[in-house]
Amino acid sequence: MTRGYWKKNHILDIESLSVGEIHEIMKTTDSFFKLLQSPQSKVPLLNGKVVLSLFYENSTRTRCSFELAAKKLGADTLDISVATSAVKKGETLVDTVDNIVAMGADAVIIRHSASGICHQLAKALRKDIAVLNAGDGINEHPSQGLLDFHTMKRYVKDVKGKKITIVGDILHSRVAHSNIVLLNKFGADVHIVGPSTLLPSNVEKLGVTKHHTLEPAIENADIIMMLRMQLERQKSGIIPSLGEYINLYGLNREKLEKYTKPGVLIMHPGPMNRSVEITSDLADDPNYSIILDQVTSGVAVRMALLSLTITGGGLYENVA
Amino acid sequence: MRMLLKNARVIDPANNADDILDIRLNGNVIFETGKNLKAKSDKVINLDGYWLTPGLIDMHTHLRDPGGSAKETIETGTAAARAGGYTTVCCMANTNPVIDNLTTLEYIVNKSMINAKANVWPIAAVTVGLEGKQLTNMAQLIKNGAVAFSDDGKPIINTKLYKFALQYSAMFDVPIISHPEDTSLSEGGIMNEGYHSTLYGIPGIPAAAENIAVAREIELLRYTGGRLHFAHISTARSVELIRRAKNDGLNVTCETAPHYFSLTDESLKNYDTNFIMNPPLKTSEDVEAIKQGLADGTIDVIATDHAPHTVEEKALDIIQAPNGIIGLETSLGLILTNLVQTNILTPLQAIACLTSAPAKILNMPRGNLSAGSIADISIIDPALKWVVESSKFQSKSRNTPFEGYELTGKAVGVFRDGILHYDGDNFNPYKVYHDDILHITKNDKNVVGL
Repeated sequence: MTRGYWKKNHILDIESLSVGEIHEIMKTTDSFFKLLQSPQSKVPLLNGKVVLSLFYENSTRTRCSFELAAKKLGADTLDISVATSAVKKGETLVDTVDNIVAMGADAVIIRHSASGICHQLAKALRKDIAVLNAGDGINEHPSQGLLDFHTMKRYVKDVKGKKITIVGDILHSRVAHSNIVLLNKFGADVHIVGPSTLLPSNVEKLGVTKHHTLEPAIENADIIMMLRMQLERQKSGIIPSLGEYINLYGLNREKLEKYTKPGVLIMHPGPMNRSVEITSDLADDPNYSIILDQVTSGVAVRMALLSLTITGGGLYENVA
Repeated sequence: MRMLLKNARVIDPANNADDILDIRLNGNVIFETGKNLKAKSDKVINLDGYWLTPGLIDMHTHLRDPGGSAKETIETGTAAARAGGYTTVCCMANTNPVIDNLTTLEYIVNKSMINAKANVWPIAAVTVGLEGKQLTNMAQLIKNGAVAFSDDGKPIINTKLYKFALQYSAMFDVPIISHPEDTSLSEGGIMNEGYHSTLYGIPGIPAAAENIAVAREIELLRYTGGRLHFAHISTARSVELIRRAKNDGLNVTCETAPHYFSLTDESLKNYDTNFIMNPPLKTSEDVEAIKQGLADGTIDVIATDHAPHTVEEKALDIIQAPNGIIGLETSLGLILTNLVQTNILTPLQAIACLTSAPAKILNMPRGNLSAGSIADISIIDPALKWVVESSKFQSKSRNTPFEGYELTGKAVGVFRDGILHYDGDNFNPYKVYHDDILHITKNDKNVVGL
């Protein structure tokens, strides 16, 4: 098959995607999103292709979402269990992947604790192998950023000028990083809030407004994105205690109704710590929460990413 | 009740005032300050020859309460403060249990409301248990009365945690109060390392133990931002490092204590444990540098580091006896005698180190005599000659190195929250000034003897 109009065969980060490319991904996502709502919900775009998942960190939704996306497109999926892989025996990641690619894989989806690992792999592998970043260290999580964007667009159409506030541990969040970069490309008014110890150095230079108190950060926000507060953070001494974190930055109905305007939307990349960053009643309140919409958009976005990077095209362009 | 305090030399650094003025009080508030105020329905006290200053503030006091009641309690420690002219003390966190939790903080705040003789503004710990591992719930502690954070007595060794502490406290605009000491260098030492430690055969602590810590923390502050206040600065190099950091525009302040400009390491010659404290007494060159640092404003505050220990504890040998000396009842006398009468500091400068400077560092609504302020005022007799006799101290402890010292200048009373507490041996508020005006009488409830 000759490659289509889409030229990039990797999705390494949001940083390197142009506004036009993100529009293209959104358009393709929309078509898959519609397909997923239909009874058919499958399309054999990637018949005979092999998609390899390499997850060196825990994941449920991203891993399942990618796997489901590949299967909906008719690809065969291969899932390397890290615990038994050759990496544990001292093999470098590039060698591991090289060997599997030699067996006939077309795309590699990877999550790893080392920032930049996808960039290293993309450079080392054969050029026609698609590398998709499913989260690299504290750097980026581009498919999450794209699915968040898709979810937002379903509700607010255009994010330009919208106040979008990300709450919590920005420092360790690749989701926050991808979102900040993406939303800035589209002219959103991005705010972040968290204790000074959990905001990255010079973060305002990424084009965000920084807060340490919740009230001004969420006041008049259109969308609030809560981040997972890793329970083990307090052991490292970076915050005094979860109790103090909840008092200062946890979102509950009282704070929401006191400080925000009607119609505000709440997102969360998951997995949630209920009663830590967000109370259960809010997370489950359909008047505010669009958390499960994010998950639905996730499969469509990943179908778009797989089809674009492997075949160079999307649904309508390839299956006429 | 309205009171008119007439003819005193009013020294109010917050308003840059040093002049013969009258102050009118209305209840617990300063109503006005001015020249030749007319008595209306006020009761008049003639303070000719006395100084009136904002109530003195000690931002470094160990009240030992809870957990050290044999050494001091909130009641005795604040009684000592009041006798020394202080209306406010900030108590350090190294109590037992440590002030690292809401319960201990509330104990101090509540007990102080009932029986303290001076305002008590607690300093909470930076880390849980002073262990240097886990930050305390700073937001919660500030909300409930903590004015600063300090692990005083111990340095914060883990630099990363120190970074978190400076960043986190900066969100609330409160300072971290540093105990600058490189403990790996000072460990095992007792007095300043140098000629006198060699002469007396006492294990030494190099001045570098303080200097290295100060330099390290200044560099950290330069990176993190936030506010850093150095406690008990004692060396010439520390003063110089802080001077440069201030010139660089860093948000750094510092304090010294009276013993660091009054005594040198030579005074260890009798192996008297009342001369042992941390940091240890330094050389005469360091003393000169401390004085210079006070004169040029590098050193912002003079604090007591009042550290009570029982007679039994201080009777131990120099290795086993605990560090520290008491200072609340000798501080003002030492400052007036050794700094003001020697023209190293003007009265205005000296009083600033005891009032406006600590109030500014700790964001306290105290330390000034502005109209509308709470009437916390110290009455000082600058010419009163007296001899330090620890047996007369209000403090529960006696561990002073200044026993028998002849000092000139003493606080003879304080107004706290508008109520005059006076030293009956040295001050008579009932003295008649003019026959045709009202005077304080023994029946006035807001005038009481100490």
